[in-house]
Amino acid sequence: MSYIDAQMVEDIAIGAAFLGTGGGGDPYVGKLMALQAIEKHGPVKLLDVEEIPDDAQIVPAAMMGAPTVLVEKVPSGEEVFRAFNILKDYLGTEIYATIPIEAGGVNSMIPIAVAATQGLPLVNADGMGRAFPELQMVTYHLYGVSATPMVIADEKGNTMLLKTVNNFWTENLARNATVVMGGSVMIAIYPMTGKDIKKAGIRNIVTYSAEIGKAIRLARQNDQNPVAALIRVTGGYPLFKGKIGDVMRRTTGGFVRGQAHIEGIDDHRGSKMELHFQNENLIAKRDDQIIATVPDLICTVDAETAIPITTEGLRYGQRVVVVGIPCNEKWRTHKGIETVGPHYFGYDLDYIPVEKRIKDGC
Amino acid sequence: MAYRMGIDVGGTNTDAVIVDENLKLVAEVKTPTTLDVSSGIYTALRSVLEEAAIPPKEIKYAMLGTTHATNAIVERKRLCRVAVIRLGKPATQSIEPTTGWPEDLKEAIGGNYYLVSGGHEFDGREISPFNEDEIREIAKELKGKVESIAIISVFSPITAEHEQRAGEILKSEMGEIPITYSHEIGSIGLLERENATILNAALINIAQNTAQGFVNALNKEGVTEAKVYICQNDGTLMAVDYAVHYPILTIACGPTNSIRGASFLSRVENGIVLDVGGTTSDVGVITQSFPRESSLAVEIGGVRTNFRMPDLVSIGLGGGTIIRKDGQEIKVGPDSVGYRLTEEALVFGGKTVTTTDIAVRLGLADIGDKEKVNNIPLEFAQCAQEKIMSMVEEAIDKMKVSKDPLPLILVGGGGIIINGTLSGVSEVLRPENFGVANALGAAIAQVSGEVDKIYSLTDMTRDQALDDARKLAKENAVRAGANPDTVTIVQQEDVPLAYLPGNATRIRVKAAGSLKK
Repeated sequence: MSYIDAQMVEDIAIGAAFLGTGGGGDPYVGKLMALQAIEKHGPVKLLDVEEIPDDAQIVPAAMMGAPTVLVEKVPSGEEVFRAFNILKDYLGTEIYATIPIEAGGVNSMIPIAVAATQGLPLVNADGMGRAFPELQMVTYHLYGVSATPMVIADEKGNTMLLKTVNNFWTENLARNATVVMGGSVMIAIYPMTGKDIKKAGIRNIVTYSAEIGKAIRLARQNDQNPVAALIRVTGGYPLFKGKIGDVMRRTTGGFVRGQAHIEGIDDHRGSKMELHFQNENLIAKRDDQIIATVPDLICTVDAETAIPITTEGLRYGQRVVVVGIPCNEKWRTHKGIETVGPHYFGYDLDYIPVEKRIKDGC
Repeated sequence: MAYRMGIDVGGTNTDAVIVDENLKLVAEVKTPTTLDVSSGIYTALRSVLEEAAIPPKEIKYAMLGTTHATNAIVERKRLCRVAVIRLGKPATQSIEPTTGWPEDLKEAIGGNYYLVSGGHEFDGREISPFNEDEIREIAKELKGKVESIAIISVFSPITAEHEQRAGEILKSEMGEIPITYSHEIGSIGLLERENATILNAALINIAQNTAQGFVNALNKEGVTEAKVYICQNDGTLMAVDYAVHYPILTIACGPTNSIRGASFLSRVENGIVLDVGGTTSDVGVITQSFPRESSLAVEIGGVRTNFRMPDLVSIGLGGGTIIRKDGQEIKVGPDSVGYRLTEEALVFGGKTVTTTDIAVRLGLADIGDKEKVNNIPLEFAQCAQEKIMSMVEEAIDKMKVSKDPLPLILVGGGGIIINGTLSGVSEVLRPENFGVANALGAAIAQVSGEVDKIYSLTDMTRDQALDDARKLAKENAVRAGANPDTVTIVQQEDVPLAYLPGNATRIRVKAAGSLKK
C-alpha cells in the first residue's frame, strides 16, 4: 500500500497522456479535479491488487463523452457521488475501492478525484493499459465481466441505471444518453469483485504512469534528453522523428478518423510516416511499410519536451517523436485481438506484435 | 503626406520607425528600454520625430507594441482587485476559479469569486436558467469592494447570452465599472479562457494609463491628427479606445512584430525567418505574411492560458558564439561572449575566437581589424564555417514542413556569420533596415476578426459551415476597422468533437485586412 499525493498526480497526468496513445482527452481538467480533491481530503490510498479481498466490491469510475465538452463544462464533482450511491443500493453491498477503466487520458485522473472525495482507496490496476474509445474495449470484458449494472450521471442531478443484454448494447445506449445529457457525463461501470480484478485487471498501471511522468519531469529538470528518458522507462521503440505535414480529419459515427503525414528529420531525414487514427493512434506506416498497429501503443510526443500530443492537438509544423510500445499480453489473446485488433477498427490487416514487425523490418 | 509611426518595446531596446504612405521607411531610431517602459517610449517618440523632420500633424497613424501588461502580471504590480463571476452551476464546481495560480498573484487580485446558475450546453441548451436575483445579490455585496469584474459563462463562445445579461444587471446596480466578458477574450476551454478573462480584468487600469500616456505624449509632440492603435500578439491591431478594454490581447506582441516586419521588408509571404542575435538564433516560419503559431499551452506569469504564440526554434548560435578545438573536433558554442563581443572577439583586439572572427577570416565579413585573425588556420575556419551552416540547416529543417525550398529572410545583428548556400533554402534575403523589423512590424500591422464556434453538421455540410464561419470572421475584421476590399482569411482550422455522435465540429477562422483609409 502507498499513497498518491499532489506530485504523484502531476506525474500520473503526464504518463496518462502518453498512454492515451493520442486519445483519451487531455488529462488537464481531470488533474485539477484530482488536485483540488486531494488538497481538501488528503492523499489517496493506493492498493496493490493482491491486497484486495476476493469478495470485495470494486467499482470503476470514469468520464464518458467528448473531452472538448469536458474542458468547457467542467463537472460539478457531485455526479459520481450519486452514481456510486445508486449502484450501491442496487447491488446491496458497500463499495470497497474504485479503479480506473483506462490508464490513458482524462480517465486516469477521474478515479483519483473520486477516491479522494469518497474516502475510498484506489486499486493500482486498470482495464486497458492505455486508452480505447468504446466501453467494451476493456480487459474486464475479455474475462466476461458485465459492464452493467451501470449508472450514468450528469451535473444537473439526472441519473440513469442501465442493465443490458451485453456490453455492446451498453456502449450504444450509454453513448446516446451522453449526448442528451450534454456531451460529457460521469459513469460508474463494470462493478467487479476483488477476484475479478485479480484475473482481469492490468496490474501496477497507476504506478507505471507515475514512473513515466517522473522520468520526463526529472530529465527536463536536469537538462537531460526527456525523450531518451521516456524510451528508457517504457522500454518502447522510437519509431520515427519528424515534423507534422498534413493532418486530415473526418467524423464518422461520433469518432474522429484521420491521418497525419510526418516528414522525417535528423536520423529519419528522407523518410516519411503515416499515422492513422480514430481518436487514438491505430496504425503507423513508415515509408509504406506498417511498423505498428493497435492494440500495441503508438504514442506521439513533442520532440524537445517529450510532452505527449493528442490526435486533436496534432498540428502542421510540430516536431514529434513517435514511440511504439508492446501492449499488455491480455490484448494479444484471440479474444483480445477480436475486440481491439486492426480488423475491429476496419483495417484489413492482421495483428503482428510491434517488436516482431521491427525485427522483420530490419 | 500621410505617415505612419510604429513603436515596439523589446527587452533591451525600444525601437521606433516612421514610414510614408507607400510604407517606405523615412526614419528609424533605437533607444534603451527603461524600467518604467513609458519614458523609453516617449524618448523613442521624440527622437524618431526629430530624425524624420516632418510636420508631426502629417502622422496619421501611430502604432504601439508594448510590454506594460506582461510586466504588470510578472511583477504583480498595479493590478486591479477583481471579482470573478462564473455562470454554470451546478456544473464546474469541482474546479474553483484561480485553481493552480501562484498564491501571490491570487492575493494581488483579491480572491472574490462566485459560482452561480446559468451557462449553456455545447448545442446551445441552457445548463440551468439564468437567475437575476443571484446576480443582484452579488452586485450589492461587491459595490465599492472591487475595481473590475470578470464574467465567465460555460460555452459562452457558442452563446454569450448569460454573460451579457449578468453584465447588464451588474452595471445597473453598481454603476460604471469595467467588465470583461470571457466570450470576447478567448475560445473554448473554460479554465484557460477564465484565466485570461481574469488577467484582462486585472489589467484594465494599466491599459487605461498606458493608452492615455501614449496619446498625451503624441499630443505633446504635436502628433494630433493620428489614429492610435495598440498591437495584439497575433500581428494585428486594436484601435486605442477598443484596446483599453482588452489589454490581455497585447501580451507578447514583440516576436510577432519582428516576424511580420521581416516579411514586409523582404516582400516574402511564405518563407523562413532567421533572427541571429549575439548568443542565440531564432527560426520562425511565415505563412501568408503571418507567423506560424505554436500549439503548446502558453503560461503567463505562472497562469495557463490558451493564447497562441509564434512557433520558434532557438539554437545556441550567434555573432558572439565561441569557437574552440576539443581534441580533433571543432566546437561551436553553445557559450557566447554576448554583448562583450566588441572587447573579446579577435577582430576587436580580444583573445576569444568567435563566429564573427571566422566570418572575417574567410573574407565573408568586414568588421574590426582583419589583420588580427590571420593567425587562424584557413582549414580551421572553413571547418568551423561548415559546422555553423549545418547547425542552421538543421534548425531550418526542423521548422520546414514541405520539401520545396523556401526563401530565408536573415535579420538580426549577428546575421553576418551566415554565408553561402543552405539546403532547403531557395535564396537568402538580407533586407536593409532589418534592425528595426519589429517596429516596422508594428507600423504595418493589419486588423483582424476571429470566429470560434461549434457547428452541427447534421443540417449543413462542412463546406457550408466553413463558409458561414469565414463570413462571420470577415465581418468581425471589418467591424474592427479593416478595409472590406482587403480582408482575406489568414487562418482556418476545423476539428470534429471526438467521442460524440452527431457530427459536431469546432471551426476557428481568422480574417485580416489593411486599415481603412
